[in-house]
Amino acid sequence: MSNMPTMIFPGNYKSLEKIADFVKQEAQESGLSRSQIFAVENAVDEACSNIIEHAYGGEGVGDIHCTTLSDPKGFTIILEDHGQAFNPEKVPHPDINAPLRDRKSHGLGYYMMRQWMDEVKFDFHDNRNRLTLVKFKE
Amino acid sequence: MEIHNIEYKHCDLIEISGRVDSSTAPELAEAIKKITDAGRFKIVIDMSKVEFISSAGLRVLIATQKNCRRYNRGELVFAGISKFILEVFDLAGFTPLFKIFDDVVTAVGYF
Repeated sequence: MSNMPTMIFPGNYKSLEKIADFVKQEAQESGLSRSQIFAVENAVDEACSNIIEHAYGGEGVGDIHCTTLSDPKGFTIILEDHGQAFNPEKVPHPDINAPLRDRKSHGLGYYMMRQWMDEVKFDFHDNRNRLTLVKFKE
Repeated sequence: MEIHNIEYKHCDLIEISGRVDSSTAPELAEAIKKITDAGRFKIVIDMSKVEFISSAGLRVLIATQKNCRRYNRGELVFAGISKFILEVFDLAGFTPLFKIFDDVVTAVGYF
């Protein structure tokens, strides 16, 4: 493992662009392709939006700690918060083939985050949610 | 994110540039609401300058399409979607729900 910068961002939606800039820079330095960087940007945005909306229950409640790791196998992002424990099993699975009238507005971000990444792992200990996202190198 | 809109005789054109995320999606919803509140439901969104759209932005687009299609009074269509944004649409299962045109002239001409 090399590079382990951790950045702390206030948990509000204005931070999303700054988090994206940080993660894109690190992903680029770790050698990911443009389309992989785009996937990572999408997944991290969905994850951080969920932290603010669901773990903290709104803006300005707590911080998001963002750490990146790079090794020959892949690029890893670890996101930590001190909000409510997140239970991924409770997130409804969206039907992405449903007709327009039946489209539900929630659950899509979480579903997409899993699609963008190769590995997604949640754990909760010491009153802290930790989400680990991995994108394998091509 | 920046939004400009142009009112044509048969439809409204919205040009979005930058990032549509949880921070900016409410602003997009507000801009669209101004058009639909005026009784105009034929809308073209020019996506050619959109760099990024999250599920928060997609939720606005779905809600808009539901609103516009009601009573067959109109429709939301897109123009100039980049291959990256198209990938987001594909992943969300959006491509069957919206007409997507290569350029704005063709999209505006559709109405």
